[in-house]
This record gives sequence, structure tokens and C-alpha cells, in this order.
Amino acid sequence: MSAQVEHAEPGIFQKYLWATDHKIIAMQYLFTGMAMALLGAFFAYGFRMQQGFPNQNVPGLGLITPAKYNALVTMHGSIMIFWVAMPVLIAAFGNFLIPLMLGCDDMAFPRINRLSYQIFLLSALVLLSSFLVKGGPFGGAWTAYPPLSASGAYNLTPIGATLWLLAVALEFVAFLLGGINFTVTTMNSRAPGMKMYDIPILIWMIILANVIFMASVGPLIAGAVMLLFDQTMSTGFYDPTRGGDPLLWQHLFWFFGHPEVYVVLLPAMGIVAEIIAVFSRKKIFGYKTVLYTTWAVGFLSFVVWAHHQFVAGIDPRMANIFSITTLLISIPVTEMVFLYIATLYGGSIHLDTPMLWALAFIAEFMIGGVTGIFLGSSGTDIYLHDTYFLIAHFHYTFVPIAIIAVFAGLTFWYPKMFGRMLNETLGKIHFWGTVIPFNVIFIPLFITGIAGDQRRVYNYAQFAEQSRPALQHLRTTSTIALLVMLSFQLVFLFNFVWSLRNGKSAGANPWRSTTLEWTVPSPPPHGNFAEMPTVYRGPYEYGLPGRADDFLPQNVPE
Amino acid sequence: MSASAKPIANTRSATGIPTARLITWWVIASEIVIFGGLLASYIMHRIGHPEWAESASHTLTWAGAFNTFVLLTSSLFAVLAHKAADAHDGPKAAKLLRLTTLGGLIFLCVKGYEWTIDIREGFVLSSGGFWSFYYTLAGLHGLHVLAGMIIMLIVAADAAKNQELQRVECIGLYWHFVDIVWIFLFPLLYIAR
Repeated sequence: MSAQVEHAEPGIFQKYLWATDHKIIAMQYLFTGMAMALLGAFFAYGFRMQQGFPNQNVPGLGLITPAKYNALVTMHGSIMIFWVAMPVLIAAFGNFLIPLMLGCDDMAFPRINRLSYQIFLLSALVLLSSFLVKGGPFGGAWTAYPPLSASGAYNLTPIGATLWLLAVALEFVAFLLGGINFTVTTMNSRAPGMKMYDIPILIWMIILANVIFMASVGPLIAGAVMLLFDQTMSTGFYDPTRGGDPLLWQHLFWFFGHPEVYVVLLPAMGIVAEIIAVFSRKKIFGYKTVLYTTWAVGFLSFVVWAHHQFVAGIDPRMANIFSITTLLISIPVTEMVFLYIATLYGGSIHLDTPMLWALAFIAEFMIGGVTGIFLGSSGTDIYLHDTYFLIAHFHYTFVPIAIIAVFAGLTFWYPKMFGRMLNETLGKIHFWGTVIPFNVIFIPLFITGIAGDQRRVYNYAQFAEQSRPALQHLRTTSTIALLVMLSFQLVFLFNFVWSLRNGKSAGANPWRSTTLEWTVPSPPPHGNFAEMPTVYRGPYEYGLPGRADDFLPQNVPE
Repeated sequence: MSASAKPIANTRSATGIPTARLITWWVIASEIVIFGGLLASYIMHRIGHPEWAESASHTLTWAGAFNTFVLLTSSLFAVLAHKAADAHDGPKAAKLLRLTTLGGLIFLCVKGYEWTIDIREGFVLSSGGFWSFYYTLAGLHGLHVLAGMIIMLIVAADAAKNQELQRVECIGLYWHFVDIVWIFLFPLLYIAR
């Protein structure tokens, strides 16, 4: 299929607001996700200030009341997972890179793609609208356990709770549409010659993430309908006094919620794989083994969910089984990390900013993984459950995924997206200014958690058994580190905007990379490829001896 | 969007499966887990609450049985429409699709009649665990019937002009899925005691 197709440049409205071009939709997802990230960060600032400096006026938010604290925590969690990690990692990178890396002109179904973003935008607006209603936004935690979430009499945010639920459900619909489109495009629309094992690892990871998402979210959609009816039509699905069962929600939620961890982890792992191959000038060590471990992770992710419910009154024999499966899943993930380290071994390593982020991902994520063992074992979890140890563990997995890997991907593909290079010096300042404070935020929280600090307590001083004034300096340290980390994000925002005009011109292939997106101009034109490419080999032909150039792009015949 | 404006990505078939059929199967797969989650929740509750059998005995089994017959018959028309589309007979496919839609309409009318009787007897969504599941499951299924009917009429309008005939098969696949969901719902909601 090498016939050239004419692609007319569309008008402004068509191009930016009603676009079907996958690159524009990627930018819509990216910028919506980044805007929501600023909001999520602002909320974290709010409740951390309350922890660091209890009951003082917080600049920009005023006094944090218990209700406000709950709303901030809930919205921070929901936004960062559903409106930042998902749209940026999967939808923005997926939309931008899938057609480019596979060598085709767009998604297989461009209008479904557009619909996906429109529903996503609607979901974000529904969520934001909950800030304007009576009672304010939902404050029953991002996990929304009934009966708290099911009854306005308990959560005191009857409208906010329903809007939250609707927003999440719409977001699921958006990602189902997008994910199915991604999957079909990858299965069917690859360039001639691109076999299953010639697909770049990132694309594999995004597709497997979408399949996991699709297979796990269905029961929660059903669960959301039931919760919606409990909230608005006085059914009793989750009400034990009327024949319902609140544990049912926990099962449905975590049957999705735990695979969701891997839904966002896999694209991050994929981004890191692309980057370490390019910046160590080596073939990915064990391409197929990476995929096998990914499949194993995907399968196991469906049989670990109840490790979130060890203290919820489940049968202890069940707890044993879920402890074992949880420990099992660490094996393929660890193997994946080992494969990445083996790729670095003996490579010609270039420490450009994207590579720094990629290496930081591996290092920080390992801390998250190792601390997960304590929470996945039912014995230790009963003590550590719902303490700040859990908060610190979760953020040692999630910040590497949603922040560090995203920065790795953004600094790596920025030249392709916008045609200019980011400033390296500013990039490195931003890197160290993010990664160091990140550790200073969460290492103290491991300690306060082990000492017994429960999460979701807005002021320890009001609870005699929780107060522990000796730990206050750790809570305050964490808050100050957060302020430092947030202020360093200004460096990135400045670099991002400044380089759009003033960055060095990137050229088609600034990182000397092999995959197909680097064979087209930066930024790629509408329709992507002037002539549709043919693929001759796998994606990681680096460090080739006896050649003028040390790499061989996928589309160049020998 | 005319056929010539489709992206190259839409016209390729690396798996050998037509892209339209492939995406239909993925949509159905994603729907299976939605209904699967709801049905699994219902079955678990039903096992835990033998007393729900009393509520279930109030359902109109004969109406459910008639609806099963109607849906299965409409699926037959969907198959014949696919056959006609394969023979490039768009107008005939369109006619058969409209007959399928008629089946969906009869199904929904019977459903409406049934629910009216149920509600008059005092059994509403919040009348108890069984009724909550009964209305939620059948309601979600009914929405799928309705959506299928709307899409089918759009596909039929194109097919009548001999356009996008590949869609006849796809909407047929979807209709069979909706049919099969009902095959699960009927015994679980009406017959199980």
C-alpha cells in the first residue's frame, strides 16, 4: 500500500476543536492532562500544608476544615489517576506515537478517536462542576467505599458524590473507546513488513495496558451503576440492612483498581524501554522476554485484588491466597527491571535529560516495588494498612509512573512533537529539583507510617492516640519538600514554553533513533508519511559495528 | 465521510480480519465484562439470599419466554441480512435489518407492558434486592436493544444505497450478542427459583 494519499490541511476549527488527526488529539489529551495535573498538585499542596502546619491559614485555600481536607484528598487522588496518568501516559503518548511508530497515517477509526477525547473532556468538566454544587465536591476518598459513598446522609456531599461517579464513568467510556481503537489500529494497520515482534515495546505496552483496562473495568462500570442507583434511587445494593453487601463494591472496585496500577505502569515501562535503548545505544536485552514478563504481569494482575481488603473482614484463607499471588507478581516485574538493567550493561550511555528520567524511574520504582512486599503480605499489612507507609509506597510507584516516566517521555518526544529541542541545562535543573525533593517528601512518610500515623486524619492533635507530637517535624519536612518540588515545576513549564520558539531546531532524528516516528519531519505533517514506509527489521538496531552510523532505522532496506 | 476519505490505517488488515469486524469483536468483549460483572454480582447475592426466590416468582415468565422467541427470531433476520449483504444485495439487507429492528421494538413493548404490571403490583427498583437487580439487569439490556435498533436503522439506510455493506455483518454480530445476554438473563431472572 504505497499509494500516496492527498491530505488537505484543515481549517482552524476543524484542526484544533473538531480534529480527527491523531497528533492533535494527542495534544488535546496532553494539555488537558497537564492542566488537571496542576490542579491535582494544588490540592496536594492544600492538604499537605494542613499536615505540616496544622490549623493555619493556607495561602490560596484559607483554613482547611475537615470537610475541605477530605475533598482535597479525594480530588487529588481521583484527578491524578483518572485525569492525569491515564490521559497523558496512555491517550497522549498512545495517540501521538501509535500511528507514527506503526507507519500509518492515522488511527483506524479517527472519528471514534475524536469522540473519545470529547467524552474525556466532558468527564473532566463534570468533575470540575462538582466544585460549584451545594455541599461541594465528593470527599469520600478516591476508592469511594459504601456506605459512606452511597448515602448523602453520611458523606454530606449528595450531589458531589453523584457527579464524581458520573465523571469517573464517563472517563471509563472515553478510555474504552480510545483503547479499542488503539488495539484495532495496532493489530491491523501496521506498515507492511512490520511483524508482531517488530513492534516497538512501548506500543506493545500501551496495547496490553488497554486490554487489561478493558477486561477489568467492566465489572466496575456495573458497580458504578449500582452505586448510582443506591445514591439516587434508594436501592440497597451495598446496604447490608436491605440484603446488599458493602464488600461487593470493594471487590468490584479493586478487581479494576489493581489491574489499573499495571494499566498505567506498562506504558511507563514502555517509554523507559525506548529511551534506555536509544541512550545506551544497545538493543533491548531480551525483547521477547520483556513481552513474556508483561503478559505474566497482565495475567497475574487479575488475581491480586483482594490484597487491598486484608482488613476488610475477608476470609483469612483467601488472604493467604492473595498474599501468594501478590508476591508472585513481583517476579515478572522484577525480571523486567533486570532486563532493562542488562540493556544498560556495557552500553554507551548518554546522560541526556530523557535518560536521567528513565534511570530515575527504574531506581525509584524499585523502592516502590520492594515496599509493596510488606503490604502484599497479609501479616504485615494488618499493621501497615491505611498508614502513611502505604501512602509512601503508593507514591513511590505512582510518581515514577505518572510524573517521572511522563517527563522522560515528554523530554524525549518533545522535539518530534514541536520540532525544537528543550534546553538541556534547564532540563537537568528541573530533573534534580524534582527527584531529590520527591524522596524527601516520601521517605519521612515511611517513618511516620511505621510509627502509626493513619491516613485521612486531618489533624492528629485532635486524636489523643494519634497525636505523636514527636513526629511533627517529619510531617513538616515532607510538606516543605513538596513546596520545593512544586516550585521546580515552574522551570519545566518555562522550558516547555520558551523552547517552543527559542529551542534549537530538532531535525527529523535528533536522538539518532531507529523507530519510524523519527523518519518523518518534526513536527510530522498531516498524514504523517509522504510515502508510506515498509519495515525490514526490529526496532532496536543500535551499536552496529562496521557501519558509518551506529544504528539502522526500521524502514531502511539493507 | 465518503469511502475515499478513510485513512490508510482503516484499509489495512495485518491480521487478515477486516478492521470493522475486528473492532466489533473488541466492543463485544468489553460489553461481556460489563454484563459479566453485573451477572456475577447478582448470582453471588442470589446464592446468599434464598428468600429472593419468592420475589422472583412474581415475574411474568410467559412474557419473558415470548420475548426470548421474539429476539431469537429477530436474530434470524440479522443473519439473513448478512447473507444478503454478502451477495451485494443492499436493498434486501436493509429490508431484513428493518425487520430485525421491528423485533427489537416488539421486545421493548412487551418489556414495557411487563414492567407496568410489575410496578402496579408494587414491585419497583427499590423494592428489595431481587427487584433492584431485576430492573438494573433488564434495563441495561433494554438500553442495548434500543441502541442496537438505532444503529441498525442507520446501517440499513446506508445499505439500501449499497454503501458500507460491511457494517451489516457488524451490527448483526452486536445483535447476536444482545440476544445471548438475554439468553442468560431469562433463566436467571425469571425461571430460577
